[in-house]
Amino acid sequence: MEIRTTPTYEIIEVCLLAGKIMLSSGAETYRIEDTMTRIAASYGIHSSHSFVTPTGIIFSMDGNDPTKLIRISERSTDLHKVTKVNSISRQISSGELTAKEALVKLKEIETSNLAFPIWLQIFAAFIASGCFMIMYQGLWTDFLVACLAGGLGFSTLVYLHKLLEIKFFAEFIASLIIGAFAFIAVSYNWGTYVDKIIIGAVMPLVPGLLITNAVRDLITGHLVSGIAKGAEAFLTASAIGSGIAVAFIFL
Amino acid sequence: MIIQFITSFIASAAFGIIFNAPKETLVKCGFIGMAGWSVYYILYVRDVSSIVATLVASLVVAIISQFLAKLYKMPVIIFSVAGIIPLVPGGISYNAMRHFVENDYNTAIQLAAKVVMLSGAIAMGLLFSEVIHQLYQKVIRRRKETTALEKD
Repeated sequence: MEIRTTPTYEIIEVCLLAGKIMLSSGAETYRIEDTMTRIAASYGIHSSHSFVTPTGIIFSMDGNDPTKLIRISERSTDLHKVTKVNSISRQISSGELTAKEALVKLKEIETSNLAFPIWLQIFAAFIASGCFMIMYQGLWTDFLVACLAGGLGFSTLVYLHKLLEIKFFAEFIASLIIGAFAFIAVSYNWGTYVDKIIIGAVMPLVPGLLITNAVRDLITGHLVSGIAKGAEAFLTASAIGSGIAVAFIFL
Repeated sequence: MIIQFITSFIASAAFGIIFNAPKETLVKCGFIGMAGWSVYYILYVRDVSSIVATLVASLVVAIISQFLAKLYKMPVIIFSVAGIIPLVPGGISYNAMRHFVENDYNTAIQLAAKVVMLSGAIAMGLLFSEVIHQLYQKVIRRRKETTALEKD
């Protein structure tokens, strides 16, 4: 048996923090579990169990060490953080980092804000909406309207998400605004096809990634997180659908 | 058709920004998205069913992503996310939801079933490439082991 030089609670903390950052940044379930067991193994703990669901992580080791639980309340997609945690886990595996150093680095990543500036994200949503409208065989004359609708919807979502705790309502109101804008634009003859404009504009809000990840989790046997992600995707989709529907009813 | 390629490139790269992918990967994200969408579009124009087209396209996306992830030592998800974004049935799921709230349940259920099938196809494509990757690694490892044994 090898001699452990790092105290166990530090190892647990490194594993949990790595898992927490990855989960709240939108990494896949199997990858999080894999990373956590790998980190534990490279610090000399070869039998550890991690159970990852979208709302919490349970991590336990064989023996007398305590089992720990971490609650995750907010999830978004931040691939930059996933990359950084991944490279730290690589460094740990190759033995370059001690648990203490890893902990400091992970805490740095957790608090850092690596995101692109908000205006750039809104601009990206603006452009993406127009491009999606074209990809769904829309007309070039509708391009600007779709762009504006998408940018408006996305900025509403970002703003309301800070203001409201409940994601459902932020998505609902954002898609309500998209629907209303598209409808008004078409009724003033600025655009031609309402449906195409709306589909393009809601694409930045649509939980397509979530649906795909849910199916993927289900197929690979992560049943709990698959069902949970599916439920989240369904909620978002119904928020968008009902927002658009309300816009259509009132206009 | 070239317009389709360009717009899918821009859309995927823009999604890379929304998902906050590292700066140096944005162009690659765009290219993967373009590759996936062009495979889908070419098959779709040739009257292949959209489910099969999605399956093939997501397989292509996944294989390229695996390759790039190995090359740049980054998690696969960065590349595969941007790649599958154009394939995701966002339009259909929107339509399904809209028919639900308009009380047109028959059409809504049809469309929702299609959404499930399409996202299943995407997930299958992603997983399939992973299985190929694992098999390949196992074969290589076994080959190395046998050659090592023969040397002894």
